[in-house]
Amino acid sequence: MMKPALIAIPVILLLAAVSVFTGVGSLAAADDGRGWFLVVESRLPRTLALMLAGAGLAVSGTIMQMLARNRFVEPSTAGTAESAALGMLLAVLIAPNLPVAGKMVCAALTALAGTALFLQILRRIPLRSALMVPLIGLMLGGVVNAITTFIAYRYDLMQSMGAWMSGDFSVVLRRRYELLWIGLALTLVAYATAARFTVIGMGEAIARNVGLNYDRVVALGLAIVSMVTATIVATVGMIPFLGLVVPNIVSLIMGDNLRRTLPVVAVSGAGLVLACDIVGRLLIAPYEIPVGTVMGVIGSLIFLQLLLSRRSHAG
Amino acid sequence: MQADAKRIAPSTILLASAVLALVSMVAFMTIGAKGSWSFLLSFRGTKLLGMVLVAYAIAVSTVLFQTISGNRILTPSIIGFDAMYTLLQTIMVFFLGAAGAGSVDPRLQFLVETAVMVGLSLLLFRALFSGASRSLHLLMLVGVILGGLFRSLSSFLQRILDPNEFVVLQDRLFASFNSIDANLLGIAAVATLAVTFVLWRLSPTFDVLSLGREASIGLGVDHQRVVTLLLVLIAVLVSVSTALVGPVTFFGLLVASLARQLTPTASHRYVLPVAVCIAIATLVGGQVILERLFSFNTTLSIVIEFFGGLVFIFLLVRGSAR
Amino acid sequence: MIEIHEVTKSYGGNAVVDRVSLTLPAGGLTSIIGPNGAGKSTLLSIVSRLMPMDTGKVLVDGLDVSRTAGDVLARRLSIMRQDNHITARLSVRDLVAFGRYPYSKGRLTAADAEHIERSIAYLGLEPYQNRFLDELSGGQRQRAFIAMVLCQDTDYMLFDEPLNNLDIKHAVETMKLLRRLADDFDKTVVVVLHDINFASAYSDRIVAMQAGRLAFEGSPEDMIVPSRLQAIFDVDCRVHAVGETRLVNYFE
Repeated sequence: MMKPALIAIPVILLLAAVSVFTGVGSLAAADDGRGWFLVVESRLPRTLALMLAGAGLAVSGTIMQMLARNRFVEPSTAGTAESAALGMLLAVLIAPNLPVAGKMVCAALTALAGTALFLQILRRIPLRSALMVPLIGLMLGGVVNAITTFIAYRYDLMQSMGAWMSGDFSVVLRRRYELLWIGLALTLVAYATAARFTVIGMGEAIARNVGLNYDRVVALGLAIVSMVTATIVATVGMIPFLGLVVPNIVSLIMGDNLRRTLPVVAVSGAGLVLACDIVGRLLIAPYEIPVGTVMGVIGSLIFLQLLLSRRSHAG
Repeated sequence: MQADAKRIAPSTILLASAVLALVSMVAFMTIGAKGSWSFLLSFRGTKLLGMVLVAYAIAVSTVLFQTISGNRILTPSIIGFDAMYTLLQTIMVFFLGAAGAGSVDPRLQFLVETAVMVGLSLLLFRALFSGASRSLHLLMLVGVILGGLFRSLSSFLQRILDPNEFVVLQDRLFASFNSIDANLLGIAAVATLAVTFVLWRLSPTFDVLSLGREASIGLGVDHQRVVTLLLVLIAVLVSVSTALVGPVTFFGLLVASLARQLTPTASHRYVLPVAVCIAIATLVGGQVILERLFSFNTTLSIVIEFFGGLVFIFLLVRGSAR
Repeated sequence: MIEIHEVTKSYGGNAVVDRVSLTLPAGGLTSIIGPNGAGKSTLLSIVSRLMPMDTGKVLVDGLDVSRTAGDVLARRLSIMRQDNHITARLSVRDLVAFGRYPYSKGRLTAADAEHIERSIAYLGLEPYQNRFLDELSGGQRQRAFIAMVLCQDTDYMLFDEPLNNLDIKHAVETMKLLRRLADDFDKTVVVVLHDINFASAYSDRIVAMQAGRLAFEGSPEDMIVPSRLQAIFDVDCRVHAVGETRLVNYFE
């Protein structure tokens, strides 16, 4: 059953190639040195950043869906991304001289707290319907976002906040995106432990029954999701709905055995972000539409489609 | 029986909220007032009128929307009505160009947008509510996502327009009670008055409508006609408030929930005016506190979103959404 | 008199009510029985104009229900549905008062107040009249809704499975009450029932539906016989006469 991956990989490579060769400055027109410089300093970093962010978010979404046992949860529908932005803001205010990596750790910590709070709220709801879960997550995100906006407004940081909350890769240069590789490392950790997340997705009782340390696996999942989200918020900004759309479509085609599907999820996530970015760059060239905005439109359309065509997905 | 003694008369609540609204309006006009009265009247008076209109429009449209949709947690803005209005504004600028949009009389623009808005919200409402037994949670989630889609589409179109015009519209996407569009005050007031007149004629049916579709038909209300008419009026009110200050997602929910919680009866004769008074007190009073006492600027909408979001989560967790 | 002519209602090509013609004379208590999905509740909804019909015609005292003004009909016919979920927080008294809406449009007169008082008293709801509906037990809430229908004071009163979710005590009380509406107030009562024995014990006439069609109609004596019940419900049963009542035993 590796067929989807066999189709996906050439597609990704093609998209990546298109991504590298799309841009304002023509590579061919410049003399050799400058073309190479452009590729190494700007184009390649951008393409890599896109792929890393896409894969990381898609995998995070999958893990969150297993943890919350709900198909409609992902970093932007659970307050995770908003909490990470709050962390960034606090880091900027309290310790402005901290290197980006340090700020990212702050963001990861608040993202962890926000997501844990979300899971706690879910536990308190007696009769929960599958649709209530993302609804609460979206609202929690809104509340956290209000706090962040309030502070950002007071300290004139609205612009930075906009950058964290809306994915934009036009600013990616070499040495400005490398934190995203941490995301890749975490994605690999997730893959290595994939089977456990599959079991967690079947529920606490089953997980404990097969002798899994439920709390520890949940903690690991939360840590991975928070870190990945934080790296993305800190470097390129949040891309909404990616972690929801990709895992859902993959699950429709291939089922839910993460050990098998996780690589496909990661690769498809990378591909979708690449495609959205290329669209955003071509539509109004030489300007560009940020990938966060493109994904906001496409992602919510697919989300709606998933919701309305939902038959008997019990939650 | 013992509950009787504890219950406060609805008229007391109404009086108290009216006094609160009045006090906040007086405070808004007088605190920190410098300079001549005529200047104050025209400057602060315009702002006050705008805020009162917005408070009225949001409170009335939310309470009535909840009545016809038969639940306490949906509001026009939660299912994306005001995001839709913002999208309409963007589309207008998109097709006219920023220069073109600037040369069109804003009042004419408002009228066109409101007319389209009425049509679209009828369509949206029918699409969402006509399904045989769609769950309330699905409705809410679809509404929230639709709202998000409209917002993303707006900023998508704004980006395509070009960076200059992007800034023009970005301002409108962020609700600000401080920068009320004064050009529209007159026509907004007229529209609100007209809506109020029709609402007055319909008001005897409101309580019956809250019994649900079947019970109201059983009691002889032409349900289809009244609900359609109310939706039209609600769409106009949403247009008024969004045109004046921009989208405010949770203000309506906050105000309607408070009014229903405080008023000891479900009768619209009390709930509606109490909601309006609370809305005025919150908006005007909140502005006074933030602006005059803490000298914060334009943050009231954020504070309202914060508390409104908390109320929403609370209502969901408590299970008022069934 | 309620006249139902060739009424059809279908969903996606599936006829839920299929060319039903039926005349219910004024007065007395009529039960509509039949298996699940036979179209009983749909027929009741059509008669009370809660649901439009695809083809056919329903006349109530000669008034066409799909053309007559809503409030005119509301003074002649009332319906109580099975799921009375109301989000508004209403007291029992508020709810009962709504029964007067077709007459006074929200402005209650002294005569209305008298009606309200009488309905509340008739159902023994005085002790709870200022309680909110969500503070009542299921049986009390059911009584409050019946009081509202009584307060509407129409000649025709339709009830859609009023015994659902009631325990035996409250089910019996409710049926006795409906019986009294017919006997003491000369109302025409139409009830959709699930339990054949309730239908047998309390009805003047019984209408049986099956798969959207009218199967049989007649007095309890005609209807409560094994052959007909077998044809309607597809269950073997025996009928025992206990006093004047025929009881159906379908357990053996």
